[in-house]
Amino acid sequence: MSQSLSFRSAVERAAPWFVPVGLLLIWELGARTGFIEARTLPAPSQVAVAFWESAKSGELGRNVLISFERAIIGLAIGGGLGFVLGILTGVSRRAELLLDSGLQMLRNVPHLAIIPMVILWFGIDETAKIFLVAVGTLFPVYLNTYHGIRTIDRGLIEMAEVNGLGKFAIFWRVLLPGAMPSVLVGLRYALGIMWLTLIVAETISASSGIGYMTMNAREFLQTDVVVLGILVYAILGKAADTATKLIENRVLAWHPAYHAGSVSR
Amino acid sequence: MRGIRRITPAPSLVETGLWHSIMLKRLSSADRIPVAKTSIGRGLPSTDGNVRAKGKELALDHLHLSFGERAVLRDLNLTVPAGQFVAIVGRSGVGKSSLMRLIVGLDKPTSGTVSIDGNPVRGLQKSVKLLFQDARLLPWQTVLSNVGIARTPGWREAAMTALRDVGLAERHGEWPAVLSGGQRQRVALARVLVGEPNVLLLDEPFGALDALTRADMHVLLEKLWLRERFTTILITHDVAEAVALADRVVVMRDGRVAFDVDVSADRPRQRTDRDLAALQERILREV
Repeated sequence: MSQSLSFRSAVERAAPWFVPVGLLLIWELGARTGFIEARTLPAPSQVAVAFWESAKSGELGRNVLISFERAIIGLAIGGGLGFVLGILTGVSRRAELLLDSGLQMLRNVPHLAIIPMVILWFGIDETAKIFLVAVGTLFPVYLNTYHGIRTIDRGLIEMAEVNGLGKFAIFWRVLLPGAMPSVLVGLRYALGIMWLTLIVAETISASSGIGYMTMNAREFLQTDVVVLGILVYAILGKAADTATKLIENRVLAWHPAYHAGSVSR
Repeated sequence: MRGIRRITPAPSLVETGLWHSIMLKRLSSADRIPVAKTSIGRGLPSTDGNVRAKGKELALDHLHLSFGERAVLRDLNLTVPAGQFVAIVGRSGVGKSSLMRLIVGLDKPTSGTVSIDGNPVRGLQKSVKLLFQDARLLPWQTVLSNVGIARTPGWREAAMTALRDVGLAERHGEWPAVLSGGQRQRVALARVLVGEPNVLLLDEPFGALDALTRADMHVLLEKLWLRERFTTILITHDVAEAVALADRVVVMRDGRVAFDVDVSADRPRQRTDRDLAALQERILREV
């Protein structure tokens, strides 16, 4: 009985892997039998070899590191600015009146559309990429911070007032923690946009980074390196998502949906 | 005619027979000195003889409150002596909650004054605390931090004491989300106690609780009131609750006081008390 139970739980744990592993197997088989041409799509084993070689030469690590650096700096600037602006417009009617409609207008401009201008302004060095990431991540964080503060239960604020809390205390103990779930949703959105922006920026103008690595490999028809670059993006994206989940579990420990034990995985 | 202050004309109470029983009680407890109310073990000293008597007199003078065209309160007058427990009953929408918000200072009256111990007040008052219909706990703070929300010096000790008073000391480290509705309302009550109110306003705090939990809360509230003697105003639409807990029941109708009666039965009160049942009937007719 207990054996069949543990077997079942093992199957349950392995279940999410069935589909990706199966696809990989089919892919590998297709490549081996010549059904998929190596120039179109290299076999997973070839990609693994490419990974090993570029990791050994240190090229992969260097490129990942530089992309990561750009992403984090861009996010810190854009996300930080979005957070501060979101708090301002969330807390103050006057700031909302002054800033919100302008920000909403800018938000609707696809930030990748300004790449030509950005290249004109900053050339093709680091600033251009960081600027683009910052612009891309600002709006999701801004929007969700603003929304988070605005949707806090008015009753809680009244309760705090009745119990003698000042404006400052209300902000720290009621508004900010209350907006946190929403802010973190914004952060997760921003992370997705962060990688997307970086890929585009790096493929257009760069001499390092994962985007550059894949574009360079395309020139030489090294499809295995291109696929490797795509996989690295996928892994970085997943890692960023996991990091926010960890933050959520910590910051939102009070939230019924994040209580230890009820976290679904 | 001290016992009952009529505001709107209605059939004479003398005819109902109830008048007689109320008057008897009033005669034995003349001038509000609760000589007969010593059925609780430690005895009940009158408010001015008790060191823990926190109550202050609350006076509402010609209060008007309108939202645009809609008048919620129309010339409401009510004086509550220090330490008295008043229940305000009335149908929903007669302005009971608006009145509470006004006394605590969340809203301002269109005209008229609220006075505490004879001093007219405006805005939020430290001496007045309100227990809301819902517990309104901060979900991101532990039970203890919620109770000590004001973070006054020594708040941890004060919050623990208050939690002990409401019987939830051992839950101090938990998140509000894991508590039941009754427990949350007890935490909210503890939070109010830490504020050491002189005037305690209760806005239907037990409305959402089941009958058993509600009975427990009644016992708890009565115990705390007897000890602290804050001036207490309980809003309820449960007349039985009003009669069981209060010294005085006020019926609100059309934004003003329509009926006002003293309840002078001994504490703790028996739900089966015939006089109380009769009084309850009488109040129900006025609501």
